Amino acid sequence: MLESRRFVIIGFFALVGLIYLFRLFYLQVLDESYSIESSSNSIKRVIEIPFRGQIYDRTGKLIVYNTPVYDLLVTPYKARVDDTLRFCQVLGIERRDFDSLMHAASAYSRVKPSLFLRQLSKEDFASIQDIMVDYSGFEFAKSSLRTYTAPTLANTLGYVSEITRGQLEKQEEPYYRQSDYIGQSGIEKIYENELRGKRGTKFVMQNVSGVYKGPWKGGELDTMAVAGDNLYSGIDLEVQQYADSLMVNKVGSVVAIEPKTGQIISMVSAPTYDPNILASRYFSKNYAALARNPYKPLFNRPVMASYRPGSTFKLIQALIGLQEGVITPESGFTHANCPVGCHNHPATGTVALGVMHSCNPYFYNVFRRIIYKNNIQNTFKASAVGLDAWHDAISKFGIGQRLGIDLPSEYKGNLPNKKYYDRFYGEYRWKFSNIYSLSIGEGELLITPLKMANVAAIIANRGYFYTPHVIHGIGDGKKVNPDFLVRHETGVDSHNFDPVIEGMIGAVEGGTARRSRVEGITIAGKTGTSQNKRGDDHSIFIAFAPVENPKIAIAVFVENAGAGGSAAAPIANLIIEKYLTRKVTNKALEERMLKSDLMSKVILPGQKKPISPDSLKKKLISPDSAKKKLLEKPVTAPKKQ
Amino acid sequence: MAENKPITKNVDWMVVLIYIACLGIGWVNIYAAVYNPEVNMSMFDLGNNAGKQLMWIGTAAVLIICILVIDYKFYETFSFIIYAVIIFLLVVVLFAGSNINGSRSWIKFGSFSLQPAEFSKLAISLAISKYLSDPAISLTRKLKDYYPIMGIIALPAFLILLSNETGSMLVFASFAIVLYREGMPGFIPAIGMVTAALLIITLLFVKWYIAGAIIVIAGLVIWLMPVMTRRRGGLWATIIIGFVMIGIVFGVDFFMNNVLQKHQRGRIMVLLDPDSDPRGIGWNVIQSKIAIGSGGFSGKGFLQGTQTKFDFVPEQSTDFIFCTVGEEHGFIGSAIVVVLFVSLIARLVVLAERQRSRFARVYGYCVAGIIFFHFMVNIGMTIGLMPVIGIPLPFFSYGGSSLWSFSILLFVFLKIDAQRPFTLSRG
Ligand SMILES: [Zn+2]
Repeated sequence: MLESRRFVIIGFFALVGLIYLFRLFYLQVLDESYSIESSSNSIKRVIEIPFRGQIYDRTGKLIVYNTPVYDLLVTPYKARVDDTLRFCQVLGIERRDFDSLMHAASAYSRVKPSLFLRQLSKEDFASIQDIMVDYSGFEFAKSSLRTYTAPTLANTLGYVSEITRGQLEKQEEPYYRQSDYIGQSGIEKIYENELRGKRGTKFVMQNVSGVYKGPWKGGELDTMAVAGDNLYSGIDLEVQQYADSLMVNKVGSVVAIEPKTGQIISMVSAPTYDPNILASRYFSKNYAALARNPYKPLFNRPVMASYRPGSTFKLIQALIGLQEGVITPESGFTHANCPVGCHNHPATGTVALGVMHSCNPYFYNVFRRIIYKNNIQNTFKASAVGLDAWHDAISKFGIGQRLGIDLPSEYKGNLPNKKYYDRFYGEYRWKFSNIYSLSIGEGELLITPLKMANVAAIIANRGYFYTPHVIHGIGDGKKVNPDFLVRHETGVDSHNFDPVIEGMIGAVEGGTARRSRVEGITIAGKTGTSQNKRGDDHSIFIAFAPVENPKIAIAVFVENAGAGGSAAAPIANLIIEKYLTRKVTNKALEERMLKSDLMSKVILPGQKKPISPDSLKKKLISPDSAKKKLLEKPVTAPKKQ
Repeated sequence: MAENKPITKNVDWMVVLIYIACLGIGWVNIYAAVYNPEVNMSMFDLGNNAGKQLMWIGTAAVLIICILVIDYKFYETFSFIIYAVIIFLLVVVLFAGSNINGSRSWIKFGSFSLQPAEFSKLAISLAISKYLSDPAISLTRKLKDYYPIMGIIALPAFLILLSNETGSMLVFASFAIVLYREGMPGFIPAIGMVTAALLIITLLFVKWYIAGAIIVIAGLVIWLMPVMTRRRGGLWATIIIGFVMIGIVFGVDFFMNNVLQKHQRGRIMVLLDPDSDPRGIGWNVIQSKIAIGSGGFSGKGFLQGTQTKFDFVPEQSTDFIFCTVGEEHGFIGSAIVVVLFVSLIARLVVLAERQRSRFARVYGYCVAGIIFFHFMVNIGMTIGLMPVIGIPLPFFSYGGSSLWSFSILLFVFLKIDAQRPFTLSRG
């Protein structure tokens, strides 16, 4: 009985065989769409790269958009150039460039297209398009260039460039292919997935020499490219450019935040460069020049540079002291018995006066009380316990940790705790006398300009902050990253901010920053002087305004510019006035700050004295100058130095 | 008592000829697949896959001679030992194997590599045949007689799964054919096929609609059922079957969305709708269909394929070798290959049926089933009738492990068959 099952089995085999024969007959003979007319035609998949998303400022002005350009590709085994001379003339290249480009392309692959000349403008393309038809093996591919409406925000926006081999291999899902573009830094990197959009795929027919023969299957399988999401930033382009101009010939940072939302209004990393130069076909050359520049224009100082906060840190000390109850608004301290020096100033009988005059001994005493609040007899143990409690309170201001801004490589800074000093001195081998320089923002503290701007925002808000962020809306629906809507509390009660703010107003009206006060706007500010081993102190100022209804919180850092009142405070207050009133009244101050050249005071790492500042721009090829020399020497050509 | 007559007289020449034809056609197409018009390359150059395949063919010939010389009783006697050795290799490769394309299943010798998983088919076939050669074993009546078979298959399957070679493991489904021949009730493969059909339907339609449709059909069946049948339990049987089917639908849905990994789900979805992801997994299927479809009736000619050149089709000389056949030799070439396979498999069934020992018959069916499964899945995948499961086309695809394992599998059976006239009648 079971023997008869052989027929079922053979029948099943035969059935599958028959189905396959029918299927093959259908695919190969009946279905016309596969049997392409001429047997030499082939189907090619063409990837359509969508436009990257554009970026807007807070007033709706465009910051970044795309310009269409054309890449010229060559497939070496198909390439036929009979009169090389004319060909080179048309493209404006030299014979040896032609040879080396062809050689490089052949070395990559004889049968696959590779890049010959990149990023020809629309006009260039139009003028040579017809002539190029004479040369087989060459084809144009549409592509686009990032274009910036203003030469600003280079480090914040970041740049886009060809994907590196390492990135290609590391990608989790195979999306990018060789010679694809990818955001490499700044906003372009963080929002790469949103900006890049969705690639389209087209199936086209072409004959042996690659000539287009129409869509395959009438374009039935093609998918449309979807442009990337636009990004909406809180940047105020006008204020940003004004801040840029004030930071010319200085090294440092400006960070301005809208306290109520955490949106970044302005972010300057000085010295800077025109972002358009990294979006041209001279990318490699320009990038190399920027990377070699001793002032490190590619270093995004607002989030990556670290400084000691200096006197600006006294604000946090006062707030913690008040919150912990170790001082009251009416506490006063004198210079007596104090290891830290001070300058000549009226008596500091209240917290407000201590802040206003930035009295060092005052905050030495505040910090001492915070550390020894725990009343442990052994001073070593008391210091250890006290420091960790202090560390936890300060952490809530975002000090010593990443704030989580939407920019890459944010520096954490340093906020020492017990463990930190234990490593230097050993456990219970150190006490307050070893760490008191923290009281005035010196010692082992390290912060970034962004963090200090955030501290200004916290004080403006009287106790809380939103994570500072550049982009607040993604796509045309202006989708918001939920992380940026979380209100972070510092644990300091709002009434404790009153005496501190009073002192900050005093500092601007009649204290350390009085020379840069603005008529008609109540600014609360605090200068800082960050000591450093190399040359003059760094000038720091943090502020917010108007005090009644804070709209802007700002931190300005100017390297080697001396006291906080000399450079940072005037720049900050000019920017505040510009943002709040759209004009500047103190023209003399503005003029002085615009003209002030502090580069000669800047001492670079590893140097003993300032170097003569060589101009940034000379080495760089701006896209404008490049435009005039049509098809100038291609950057891709290997060159002997 | 077996006499030693020349093996050449008794070996089944029809199978040998089909085998040689497959190797020859396969090798020529491997050359066409790797052929590059720009580079002057030889079919005999060890630097390309065609040259290497020739070397594998040569070594396979040596293996075949060894197999034919060894006493036929060897295979039956040492079935379980061969099985144990292969299991041992599968364990070894888990710890010491080289990682190729994300699967840790290769043993490397210089530039050549072997995959023990390929030989697990031989091991399982021999072990099952040996087990079933005991006349007391009955697949018709005793459920417990299935347990050793499940164990024989599950052990290597588990080891292969650990080394990430899911494709080779799926081939074990082909043993259902031999079990059916040996007495497995027919409803088991029937259930398997219904489940597979439900699986496909579940992927294509919303599960609630299918559940609704099943209820409606069950209702119709009950309504149309003769009253007697309904009274005799037909009512409850229909209801239970209906519920089981709905259970399968929801189970499959859960399995797809919660158990399978994204890429596995993608492979199944692409089978049903390759156009859903034309630039991802669907790319292979679309390109392979284009290549085969563009071959037309008589093909573009040897080395004239445009679609399969320039890496339009991936893994062309291995899993997608049939694309080259389809494009360069058209429907005629493809049909010849299909007919060759169906003839080979049918011939193997005929040979199996004329065996006098159960061991030889079962083994013959195992060989036929395995070759059939590879043929069905591999060609089905290139013409869009099967999911993209990376298993080779026997005797065609480039690769030493698969060529060796199929040659051994086949010629062990031919050797046993050649001795048939001298073996005693069954029992
Ligand atoms: Zn003082």
